[in-house]
Amino acid sequence: MILVNTETIPGRTIVQVKGLVQGNTIRAKHFGRDIAAGFKNLIGGELKGYTELLTEARRQALERMIGQAHELGANAVVNVRFTTSSITQGAAELYAYGTAVTVE
Amino acid sequence: MPFWLEMVIQFAPVVVLLTLGYFVGTWRERAHFRALARREAELRDILVVNLKAVTRPETVANAEIVMSEAVIATDYFKGFVAGFRNFIGGRVTSYESLMERARREALLRLLDQTRAMGASELWNVRFETANVLKQNGGGNSPAVSVDVIASGTAITRRAG
Repeated sequence: MILVNTETIPGRTIVQVKGLVQGNTIRAKHFGRDIAAGFKNLIGGELKGYTELLTEARRQALERMIGQAHELGANAVVNVRFTTSSITQGAAELYAYGTAVTVE
Repeated sequence: MPFWLEMVIQFAPVVVLLTLGYFVGTWRERAHFRALARREAELRDILVVNLKAVTRPETVANAEIVMSEAVIATDYFKGFVAGFRNFIGGRVTSYESLMERARREALLRLLDQTRAMGASELWNVRFETANVLKQNGGGNSPAVSVDVIASGTAITRRAG
């Protein structure tokens, strides 16, 4: 599966457009990460626990999107985009979407 | 208990946190900016653009998405100063440096992945800002954090 966030795959020709594919995931942070982040907030710097949580969420959203693309018989997803939303404090939604296509 | 002692006990924790935030926070921020500058210098040979249409597509060997995240927090002192700034208005410099750190860090992570793939160019770079994990102000701490999600397409060219 080829993934790009450009509208075409450079060097390849799109032969068929299969349609929109999407994947989402909602993750809640756990208490331990909150405590670590609370300390970090005093001295500044990266909140590694939160970064990891976002990375995991992004991977899972992408996996679900790729799953849909497989079902459609596509071999690539172009114009992949991400959005986030906070539903409640401490839970994050990550949503990935793109257009499934078949390339030569 | 004399009045002055009561005041000291009441304000001591805040003063300690402000001092800690100011000294440790400033030191850590400087260290981060130095690390950013050093890593940027190492990765300078990678072409970075936010254009969607890749030029000379016939020479492209491989195109693959790269993504990164960075969650950076300010220190207690900067959050406190920014709180005052909200009263009088104007430039909130303490948050400007926070945003700069988060975006530069996220971009560098994209470039690290680009390098690891053996790609030489990064196209269609996009930044998203969110605050999904922590609401501004979060509880009674004045510190603020920001989440930056960056993505791009790493391009490898055919030799010759």
